[in-house]
Amino acid sequence: MALIELSGIERVFHLGDSDVHALAGLDLAIEAGDYVAVMGPSGSGKSTLLNLLGLLDRPNSGTYRLEGRDVTTLSASEQARVRSERIGFVFQSFHLVPRLTAAENIALPMMLAGLPPRERDARVAAALRDFGLEHRADHRPDQLSGGQRQRVAIARATIMRPAMLLADEPTGNLDRHTGDEVIHLLEVLNASGVTLIVVTHDPGLGGRARRQLVMEDGHLHHDSSRSANLA
Amino acid sequence: MKLTDTVRFARSAATGYPLRTALSVLAMAIGVAAVVVLTALGDGARRYVVGQFSSLGTNLVIVLPGRSGTGGFNPANAITSTPRDLTISDAAALRRAPSVKRLAPLAVGTSEISFGGHVREGMVAGSTSQMLEVRNFTLAQGQFLPDDDWNRGAPVAVIGAKIREEVFGTQEAVGQLARVGDRRVRIVGVLASTGTGLGMNTDELVIVPVALAQALFNSNTLFRILVEARSREAIPAAKNEVLEILKTRHGGEEDVTVITQDAVLATFDRLLGALTLAVGGIAAISLAVAGILVMNVMLVAVAQRTNEIGLLKALGATDRDIRQAFLAEAAMLSTFGALAGYVLGEIGAFLVRQFFPVFPAQPPNWAIFAGIGTALVTGLVFGVMPARRAARLDPVEALMKH
Ligand SMILES: Nc1ncnc2c1ncn2[C@@H]1O[C@H](COP(=O)(O)OP(=O)(O)O)[C@@H](O)[C@H]1O
Ligand SMILES: [Mg+2]
Repeated sequence: MALIELSGIERVFHLGDSDVHALAGLDLAIEAGDYVAVMGPSGSGKSTLLNLLGLLDRPNSGTYRLEGRDVTTLSASEQARVRSERIGFVFQSFHLVPRLTAAENIALPMMLAGLPPRERDARVAAALRDFGLEHRADHRPDQLSGGQRQRVAIARATIMRPAMLLADEPTGNLDRHTGDEVIHLLEVLNASGVTLIVVTHDPGLGGRARRQLVMEDGHLHHDSSRSANLA
Repeated sequence: MKLTDTVRFARSAATGYPLRTALSVLAMAIGVAAVVVLTALGDGARRYVVGQFSSLGTNLVIVLPGRSGTGGFNPANAITSTPRDLTISDAAALRRAPSVKRLAPLAVGTSEISFGGHVREGMVAGSTSQMLEVRNFTLAQGQFLPDDDWNRGAPVAVIGAKIREEVFGTQEAVGQLARVGDRRVRIVGVLASTGTGLGMNTDELVIVPVALAQALFNSNTLFRILVEARSREAIPAAKNEVLEILKTRHGGEEDVTVITQDAVLATFDRLLGALTLAVGGIAAISLAVAGILVMNVMLVAVAQRTNEIGLLKALGATDRDIRQAFLAEAAMLSTFGALAGYVLGEIGAFLVRQFFPVFPAQPPNWAIFAGIGTALVTGLVFGVMPARRAARLDPVEALMKH
């Protein structure tokens, strides 16, 4: 059973009189533990796809099965629970809460999930160690470098031990060197079993993934796993 | 999300934006402080007046000559012209009334009192020995008027503290012969100082037997008859008996007015109580204004933190989590505002008491509860709309906003 199964997904935005088909007739299956790069030109529907996979958005039609369960019909609070337990997000612009320290930012998902404080403290301490942030625990985001911020964000995304990590251009705001470090970090997490889905503009980064998807106008233009089968 | 975490998160949000937090706390505080101070003033005025009236004596029934207009228009009274005066015999007759414990006739006028070259104009009250108890006077020295024939008018006087000081200076007053008008009187007692109050200021009073006063003023009428009923319950009966006796004595005509201290007190009590309520209500309007301010501040907070709300949703927050976090923040602002306002109000009332010690400016408990309660409720009610708006934000759009 695939971790993610999309079939017949449509996502239409209404802009004035015209309809924008951000996703059209999308069928896609992603296996647990896979490492997938989503590429394609700007406006091709990459972010829309990722938001849908992360249950931040609902399709206009089609079904989305996550771990065998149809999640499109879940209520808002049930979806929130799935996000909390199964999905980790990494954003291009980090999205750290400016008034909270690194440790507090990392602990946010556990606080929202209602985990006991002792469990939280233990996990945060371990995460700070794993991500090389021990000495940054009490720093606020504006006291951190870009690479450190993204590491805090990744620590936060993985603190609930999700099944999948969704990263929308995670290196977009970082220089080459720091970006490579962040990608390396994500790959290490993938190696430990987390399904990794990365949206990227960069063909070099995309090439490192096990599977490449190329979007165009809301369609899946190229799927490396399928072309491999064809070959 | 656990409640303690919701509260802690709301607190970090409130302290994270100190200016807008301070602004709404201040608005709430001013509203509550206004309620506390204004009701303290209103209730202080009420208690001051009530206290002053009570110090006049207990269970008092006061008889005035003439028919007051409050009894309604009576054609019979309109035709019969001048009402009869109150006399010493009228007062003496009231001693028969079973509900009357004691009474004192009162004739007043002004006259000069002199001793050893010191001359002073003063208010002269003619009365009898029971005046002491009826009016709750306290003697500093000597004794009060002797209990003898009301028509005899022994040449004695009891003086107020200020008269004593100004006319006798450092000399002993009791036992001295002084002059009141054209009469020589012996000072038998000095009243304890009471300071200023409603009605007569006893510190500047010269009290002589009623017959002597009437002789001084060359009149045989009384200004008032002060009657003390046997008990609070006996006041209405005393009033009726007094009216009945005087009506009989005045040829069947009801030509006197009887007022009870109770009724006057109750009127003042009600009047000033209503005033306090009105003033407190007006102050409470400022709380509604503060509530609207809290709402706007929270709406600004939602707009400022749209991004954060999107993030929280992505991290697994339910709509309920978001709603409660913002509601908790609004509640926090109004709670701190209310408490700060209460403290400010108490300080204000304390300062009023410091500067005007006679004025018991103390906020009534109901006003404190109403003020703080209104603040909390308005804060919450006006916090609901922003909190719902926050919870309803679309996470994708919220995350995209900068
Ligand atoms: N909230 C929205 N409202 C209207 N149109 C949108 C919205 N989000 C995305 N779109 C449109 O959908 C298409 C796909 O957008 P997106 O998924 O963000 O592309 P990408 O991430 O590949 O650049 C674009 O044409 C974009 O303009
Ligand atoms: Mg995009």
